[in-house]
Amino acid sequence: MNAGSTATVTVPPSRSVWRETLHRVGLYTLRRIAVLLGTVVIGTYLAVLIANWGGEVDKMREAQCKEKAGMSIQADPALQFLPPEERRRRYEQEVERCKQLQGLDRPFVARSLEYLRDALTLSLGRAMQLTSDSGSREVRNIILERLPATLLLFGTADLVLFFTAIAIALFLSRRYGSVFDRLIVALAPTSTAPGWFYGIFLILLFAGLLHLLPFGGMVDIPPPTATVEYAVSVLHHLILPVAAVVIGSICLSIYSWRTFFLIYSSEDYVEMAKAKGLPSGMIQRRYILRPTLPPIITGFSFMLISLWQGAIILETVFNWPGLGRLLYSAIGSQDTPVIVGTVVIYGYLLALTVFVLDIVYALIDPRVKVGERGIGS
Amino acid sequence: MTAFLAGLRQLRQYPSAVIGMTMVLSLLVLSLVTVLTIPYSEAIRLWRGAAGVWDESPELARPTWFQLFSARKLPKTIIVDTRQGGKEIANQPDGTRVVNASLRFAFPYDELPSAVGLWLSATYKEAQPFVILTWRKPNGEEIALEERTPQQTDRYFVSRDERLRERLQARSIEEALFDAGPRGNGALLRGTYELAVEGILFEPDADLEARLVVYGKVHGIAGTDAQRRDLSVALLWGTPIALTFGLLAAVGTTIFSLSISAVGTWFGGRLDASIQRLTEVNAMLPGLTLLVMIGMFYSRSLWVMLLAIILLSMFSLGIKTYRAIFLSLKEAPYIEAARTYGAGSFRIIFRYMIPRVIPMLIPAFVTAIPGFVFLEASLSILGLGDPDIPTWGKLLFDAYANEALFKGYYYWVLEPAALLMITGMSFAMSGFALDRMFNPRLRTA
Repeated sequence: MNAGSTATVTVPPSRSVWRETLHRVGLYTLRRIAVLLGTVVIGTYLAVLIANWGGEVDKMREAQCKEKAGMSIQADPALQFLPPEERRRRYEQEVERCKQLQGLDRPFVARSLEYLRDALTLSLGRAMQLTSDSGSREVRNIILERLPATLLLFGTADLVLFFTAIAIALFLSRRYGSVFDRLIVALAPTSTAPGWFYGIFLILLFAGLLHLLPFGGMVDIPPPTATVEYAVSVLHHLILPVAAVVIGSICLSIYSWRTFFLIYSSEDYVEMAKAKGLPSGMIQRRYILRPTLPPIITGFSFMLISLWQGAIILETVFNWPGLGRLLYSAIGSQDTPVIVGTVVIYGYLLALTVFVLDIVYALIDPRVKVGERGIGS
Repeated sequence: MTAFLAGLRQLRQYPSAVIGMTMVLSLLVLSLVTVLTIPYSEAIRLWRGAAGVWDESPELARPTWFQLFSARKLPKTIIVDTRQGGKEIANQPDGTRVVNASLRFAFPYDELPSAVGLWLSATYKEAQPFVILTWRKPNGEEIALEERTPQQTDRYFVSRDERLRERLQARSIEEALFDAGPRGNGALLRGTYELAVEGILFEPDADLEARLVVYGKVHGIAGTDAQRRDLSVALLWGTPIALTFGLLAAVGTTIFSLSISAVGTWFGGRLDASIQRLTEVNAMLPGLTLLVMIGMFYSRSLWVMLLAIILLSMFSLGIKTYRAIFLSLKEAPYIEAARTYGAGSFRIIFRYMIPRVIPMLIPAFVTAIPGFVFLEASLSILGLGDPDIPTWGKLLFDAYANEALFKGYYYWVLEPAALLMITGMSFAMSGFALDRMFNPRLRTA
């Protein structure tokens, strides 16, 4: 940074500067949306390609055609008295018509684009085996029903993880070389094991041996009717899985963030602030946290991506009725539409997570608001 | 040599590196010993558990060392066979012959055995022998078991004989056989038990052998699972598999990422830009779910998964780090020199640029290994483990499918988990320590 930059930043924002900032932030947002949507499309198309490599999606469509045709023949009272061969012929005709309608006679490239559209809008038809709790067999309903549970668990876990890790890392950067600091450095390798792995130990200890917390699930069975009791029950079930996620990542996060803070706290302007006699809390917030947050946010968003995927196994281990558990049961019952749907929704979730953090990034990183060129001028 | 010794001396300052590398070394030794003592085909045969392989091991037995935590002496499996002696054959005046065998064993334990089974094997041409079985407890009580006419091989699983249980009015066969009182409602009896086998043979060449198996509650160093398989087979073989998988995945990913990023940096321009975009997209792909799909629709083979993992992590975020290194390296004088003497692009990339950065990447490489080991375990837990090869992840999956934690079979979960932990920690500790050694900017204490 040179003297010019301070000058630009300290100028009181006039109307035109505001408009320019808005313009920049808007452009940034649009660019990020485009990249993220592109990623979702590519991911979904990959999923479609993998799924239909062995003709799985085609088979799924055909099965749905057959089911529909069979039902329509059954339901038509006019056809009830026809001889079986005739009914059979009508059924075949109906299946053929439906297959044409679905484009099963067209080349794969054209069809794959159609599948891509359907997958992106989650109109994947009906599940082969699984049903939602409300009894629906629509893939979209099944998936959307599971979404809140996953969001609750991982939203909570991510927030707890982020703020705890930041607080401890800041604390340790002031106590560099202390016993606690060295302990965290020594424990950093524990983060190579995923959260579900610690989940197993937590279940064993707190549910199996101490009987303090439940083995898994989201609420007691039967679920309490009163809202407050319901919430308490969910919280009770939430403790272990959240703890597992946090334990699985926290040491490494603290370790790397504290290193970041340490590097930045030896900058000249921090020394200057100390010399001016600013309180240490203010130095931490304004002079250390502020410049380090953007890279930390970027790193955190990549960590979240791996956490989301770890969710699949974590939910399986904890029997948490979310998307991961859904994917597990879909694998068990070979339910192709649900599996493809879960891949797509995961794509969306990852993109959305990154997008939210991008927005946070834009809010805290002055370069986005002012523009790279704005700093120099 | 002196450099090597100096390196060793430097290593001593990092206790975590020493511990980590010792652990890695012992895992390697364990793998080597396993591969040499249990051949691969034998391991697969044992783990598939074809008929008869695990007949004589108990179901869900705890490991023998569990004894250390229990004040009660838990029974081990006892096997008594007539082929070891104690069999007499007497000719009868009517042409038949009578076999009298006594299967005796000492039972000094504090708990009931988990089950009792009897194998009878008879040699005959047409007429099957007739067998009368009598159970004698140490206090002299006798119980008549079912009478049998065995075929060539006859498996009499006494514990599952519902008719006998009803006749004795006992709660379980084991109680009736090992506790005092005809119904087995008294105290557990310690001492010498006997199963008297009396067989009548109707042919001159006929013969009868019996083998009694009293299944224990502890077995071997690792215990057994619900299919009677000795867990130590999977635990031992899981070691070389996990190490190979982790190493190959890390090597594959690193080599591909390095080459891609070196080629991109060297040629620059659109190629570089598109590689960068691909990396960004790849970082946000739901990789694990795509792997799940591959496992579902094509193959669960470990090696197919390995390939898919390498393909999916080829464009990893590591590329950005490598790119930064290569960008500065590209301007280095020795590259300039190579260019002036007319070295081709690929010669420069693969002979001069990549070998130069490899030492810098060793810490990251070592740290990446456990991630792949745990990825395999994750896939196995979802039921997508290789159908043939025993791995730690598959043990966890089996344990989970049998609700081992809920039912208290902790050893089943703890053993593979401990090995996973040891593997993960050993590589991670070595990697982190190497990183601090190679990048000593923030050396701790």
